[in-house]
Amino acid sequence: MPKKITVMSNHSERSDKYIDIYRENIERISFSSSPYINSFREKAIAEFIKLGIPAKNNESYRYTNLDPFFKHEFKNYFMPGKQDFIRAEKFRCDVTDLDAHGIVLLNGFYPTINDKIRQLPGGVWIGSLNEASKIFDSHIEKHYGKYVNGNSDGLVHLNTALASGGVFIYVPAGAVLKKPVQIINLVESDEDIFNQHRNLVIVEKNADITLIICDHTLSPQKFLTNAVTEIYVGENSHFDIIRVQNEHNNAAKITHTFIHQEQNSHASSNNITLHGGLVRNSTHHYLGGEGAECFSYGLYLADKFQHVDNFVNVNHAYPNCTSNQLFKGVLDDMSTGVFNGRIYVNKGAQGTSAYQKNNNILLTDDAKMYTKPQLEIYADDVKCSHGATVGQLDNNALFYLQSRGISKHEARLMLMYGFAHEVIQNIRVEPLRERMDNLVMQRLKGELSRCASCMVKCG
Amino acid sequence: MLTINNLKAAINGKVILKGISLEVKAGEIHALMGPNGSGKSTLAAILAGREFAEVLEGTVTYMGKNLLEMPAEERSREGIFLGFQYPIEIPGVSMVNFMKSAVNEHRKYKGLEPLSASDFLKLMREKKELVEIDSKLANRSVNEGFSGGEKKKNEIFQMAMLEPKLAILDETDSGLDIDALRIVANGVNKLRRPDTSAIVITHYQRLLDYIIPDVVHVLYDGRIVKTAGRELAIELEEKGYDWIKRDAEKNNSDE
Repeated sequence: MPKKITVMSNHSERSDKYIDIYRENIERISFSSSPYINSFREKAIAEFIKLGIPAKNNESYRYTNLDPFFKHEFKNYFMPGKQDFIRAEKFRCDVTDLDAHGIVLLNGFYPTINDKIRQLPGGVWIGSLNEASKIFDSHIEKHYGKYVNGNSDGLVHLNTALASGGVFIYVPAGAVLKKPVQIINLVESDEDIFNQHRNLVIVEKNADITLIICDHTLSPQKFLTNAVTEIYVGENSHFDIIRVQNEHNNAAKITHTFIHQEQNSHASSNNITLHGGLVRNSTHHYLGGEGAECFSYGLYLADKFQHVDNFVNVNHAYPNCTSNQLFKGVLDDMSTGVFNGRIYVNKGAQGTSAYQKNNNILLTDDAKMYTKPQLEIYADDVKCSHGATVGQLDNNALFYLQSRGISKHEARLMLMYGFAHEVIQNIRVEPLRERMDNLVMQRLKGELSRCASCMVKCG
Repeated sequence: MLTINNLKAAINGKVILKGISLEVKAGEIHALMGPNGSGKSTLAAILAGREFAEVLEGTVTYMGKNLLEMPAEERSREGIFLGFQYPIEIPGVSMVNFMKSAVNEHRKYKGLEPLSASDFLKLMREKKELVEIDSKLANRSVNEGFSGGEKKKNEIFQMAMLEPKLAILDETDSGLDIDALRIVANGVNKLRRPDTSAIVITHYQRLLDYIIPDVVHVLYDGRIVKTAGRELAIELEEKGYDWIKRDAEKNNSDE
């Protein structure tokens, strides 16, 4: 008989709702997942009961109010129905672009009835996590749930307890994938839905892969997504993840990305938020071997009442690692931005270099930006720097452009584009970099309704 | 081409220009000299349309139009070019995109189609050669990481691209070594046509060895206190500004 837990719990009514959902649906959720993945659920819900849904008294969510979404009555969504499979198949047929190895997801789930896992050149596998757990059980047992371990965010535990699907990518040692893997996550439903998915990426040593995750809402319903991605980057490997978020104003996207790096590996994360009602990206970099190097980039363009929160945590656990954070935002109308950048240097992590920069442009008096560096350094041979700016477009630069015949409107666009480009230019794959530049320009011009030249022709 | 009549202007309530009158005819080069703080750069910026000074009185007529009513971009499209004393760095905006936008805005204003990508690159190439600018500079962001000399050459390059009727060069010679100075001056001379004019603001005679002015004005304390031919610049080089200041103050007290 489950004992009643009353001590130390910080949960409110809104958290209770999710505990009830868990109790009512755990059998159904567990049915399609592997026993190993299911073995985490009971402990995770207990953690969630302790931690609850982050409220304003939680320092790392201080400026982000989740209530409008977590208090909403969603039709809870654990698995796609048969209709969804058919709908997603339709999109799959429109995949024409050959620049990337594509996967189309519907609300975070792998919708294809057949071909739920497939092999790419170099022995790389991509597919549904549930399907993969039948073949790659030993790999999953080695990595699943390891990199979120000890996290104090209730939402990560809620995901571990409830998530019933997601993407699995396996890159064997030495595999180099020239074309990026692109996951297109379409969010579409007739009803308001809350979905949680869980991705696992395993990059063995000496491998090289670029992963792009595009989130795009297709119907106007209210959506809440709480997604967790665990990534293992083996020794000497190179891994880039780029998120492109383009969701409507009634959608909330919460992502938690955990990147665990071995020695001499290189990893980068780039969160590009083009549009979205409420966006919260937390990116955790664990430098778990000497000589590892990580870059954490972010670009957010917000207007109206949009809210974009980036939380970054870089953990230097070993000596001689390098980390670099660069987040830039342009905030218009009444929008708000949040940046929390944490650098944690362990006692033994001598020879650490850790840098952080957050620059913001506010286009109106009503737009707001909250930015907070957080440096905890317990080693003494360390190079660290951080800087944050919040300002307006440079009038001198505006005049310079205008004095060459460029209209004020166009000059403003050029300056914003140039500002954003500092983030975009770090994308390694050139066609992708150009595509992102174009998307940013379209967004700044207010012309972005769908991602131009995406491999999926939406609608 | 340009007629300035009794122009008075203030910045943050402080009167900087105290009644400037000046006429520049087509084909003329005017040198504007004077000690620091006399109002030279303010005058240049007001002519280019910078909205930082308040015009208190006076008129500026350019090609028969009221210049002060035009926004900066329109002045540029009408053929006015300001060479900046301190060119602005704009990270993330490439020279190519910057110049393509500018050239095509000018073309649109004249009712012309935008240049094709290949024609535009050809134009860039020609003008780069004309002003002897390093071809690599054009691939970089606007002025970002350019040396002082490169920035000034880049101003002349932009001028070459836009082919202005009236160029206002604000201390384009400052911070240049003699080789860079010659390149900048040659650029200006090569771009000169019988129907184009220039106002060259400088502290030093040496630029005027390369760009020969028709008229030299001395600005002091917001007024043009002396106007003469090229020989005035040589006299200033020899005697400095003190005698000008003394004369000007004497004239003031005589009034």
